[in-house]
Amino acid sequence: MTTTEDLRTMPQRTTPPRPIRGRSPLERLRGVSATTAKYLSLIVASVVTLLPLSVLLFASLKTAPEYAQTGPFDPPENWLNFDNFVTAFTSGKMLEGFVNTTIVLVVSLAGTIFIGTMAAYALDRFAFRGKKLVFGLFLVATLIPSVTSQVATFQLINGLGLYDTKAALILLFMGTDIIAIYLFIQFMQSIPVSLDEAAMIDGANRWTIYWRIVLPLLRPAIATVVIIKGIAVYNEFYAPFLYLPSEGLISTSLFRFKGPFGAQWEVISAGTVLVIIPTLIAFLLLQRWIYKGLTAGAVK
Amino acid sequence: MAIATPGAAPADAPAVLSAPLRARRFGGGSRRTGRRRGGSAGRSVLQHLTPWFFLAAAVGLLLLFTYWPAVNLFYFSVTDWDGIDLQKNFVGLDNYVQVFTDPRIFSVFGVSLYYFVASFAQMAIAMYFASLLSFSTRFSNLFRGILFFPYLINGVAIGFVFLYLFQPGGSLDTVLSWFGVTDPPQWLGNPDIVNWSLAGTSVWRYTGMNFVLFLGAIQSIPHELYEAAELDGASRWQQFWAIIFPGIRRVVGLSFILAIAGSLSVFEIPFIMTGGANGSATFVIQTLQTAFSFRQVGLASAMAVVLLAIVLVVTWIQRKVFPDEKVDLT
Repeated sequence: MTTTEDLRTMPQRTTPPRPIRGRSPLERLRGVSATTAKYLSLIVASVVTLLPLSVLLFASLKTAPEYAQTGPFDPPENWLNFDNFVTAFTSGKMLEGFVNTTIVLVVSLAGTIFIGTMAAYALDRFAFRGKKLVFGLFLVATLIPSVTSQVATFQLINGLGLYDTKAALILLFMGTDIIAIYLFIQFMQSIPVSLDEAAMIDGANRWTIYWRIVLPLLRPAIATVVIIKGIAVYNEFYAPFLYLPSEGLISTSLFRFKGPFGAQWEVISAGTVLVIIPTLIAFLLLQRWIYKGLTAGAVK
Repeated sequence: MAIATPGAAPADAPAVLSAPLRARRFGGGSRRTGRRRGGSAGRSVLQHLTPWFFLAAAVGLLLLFTYWPAVNLFYFSVTDWDGIDLQKNFVGLDNYVQVFTDPRIFSVFGVSLYYFVASFAQMAIAMYFASLLSFSTRFSNLFRGILFFPYLINGVAIGFVFLYLFQPGGSLDTVLSWFGVTDPPQWLGNPDIVNWSLAGTSVWRYTGMNFVLFLGAIQSIPHELYEAAELDGASRWQQFWAIIFPGIRRVVGLSFILAIAGSLSVFEIPFIMTGGANGSATFVIQTLQTAFSFRQVGLASAMAVVLLAIVLVVTWIQRKVFPDEKVDLT
């Protein structure tokens, strides 16, 4: 009896409970249009991001008369015309900028790593009086907006006789890196203390433990700091602008294009492209690290 | 380095060793060895000093390059110093009175409003794309990379990219002409528009960072929640409001506060692109010009102190509203 009734009632259910996967044509249409809208918006965003950069690349590959006669969206006649890059490198002192940036970058990175890991080692592995105070000092320092305190920092650098030297920049970049210390401490907490203890039983002193055990294990954190700090130093504009007027770092060399190359946009474009290329290469090679590092640094 | 004095090894051990281990190793013995080597007082001093050997450089640089200038900032702010004179005359709160009463100084904070408004657009765009890419998407890595990349670019380079874009008859005007706009405004020459153009540039530059932060937060939401919602027939829009938004509320709140602090201290983009001309000077530009172009270090220090105070208040509010901010971003 039950079966026959079931059979009889079945066809009468005009709206069966909706199966999870199958969708009505209307819904499918909506799904398709939603997907289209999604990819369309992603493409629009990509165009908005890439267009300003591409027109600049076009301009950098044009000759001066070509630049004057063509519109910004006309591709260059000769894609291999690197004359503007040569001009930017030689008359624009970009080479000097790259060399100086490299020097400042390498020295201040090395300094930050040693000073930062040593400080983190002391703060994480020792119990001593004044530890809370030191932590507090580092914490409060993160709140001071560094751009405005340059008003007073400038007097200090001047007083130390470091004005217009690369040493001023190196010291400033090393001295203001609190985020690095935080990242080191955070990472060091995951290194078991028993390693230190084992070494100590074997007669190692504190320096040996730091140098032989802790520092090598901190490699991932050091890589993160190198990336964050490297990008920050490479992009830093105001400190070299203020403290190193007679030489150029990459930012200031490019900034000075404003004067002599005033209307020569094909040369300015070439200089700009030159500055962006190393960033692009670093990004393509280190993507995963960069995402991790920058998001870790941003919320501290 | 000097820290590696061999004698220091046993003396500074106790901080790390667990108590029983310490007792086993040094029980009674340390004092005796200490005396033998010239007095326990000297050893314990050394023991107390060890952490400071490791800290010396960091704390020294911190005090010298962060706290010393900050203290000086307060000192300069109550003088009429011009940055060169040996004599600094005490003028009391005159500089502060001028900061708050001189319309040329305080009104500059109005410029921050443009950037503040723009930062809302920035967060909305970032949230939209972060939600999109949190669902399975083709080429999601490519899109993520494209959206994020501007954040990494050198500020001067970005300035030039947009100076070129905004030129009269330049790329932007060309694009607009395709859509029938024949009489575009002077993007950087018109004081009514310049701040919007600059704020737009700043959105282009910083959206990627917000986007990656939001995306990280969204991806840390357990996936089962979406599946459950999908089974219950929730639409994407409902999923956003019921699952994604609550899941990233804290990061959004944090970004909001950072946006306030950020829009108060905008500097690079307007300084590089217009140098503060046409009414695009921000408070920081004004402060630095006061100090280094007009040589009024006292007044500039007062301005810096005011900005510092505002940022501290904003941060204090952040700590109150979002205590112990912990965001999982991996």
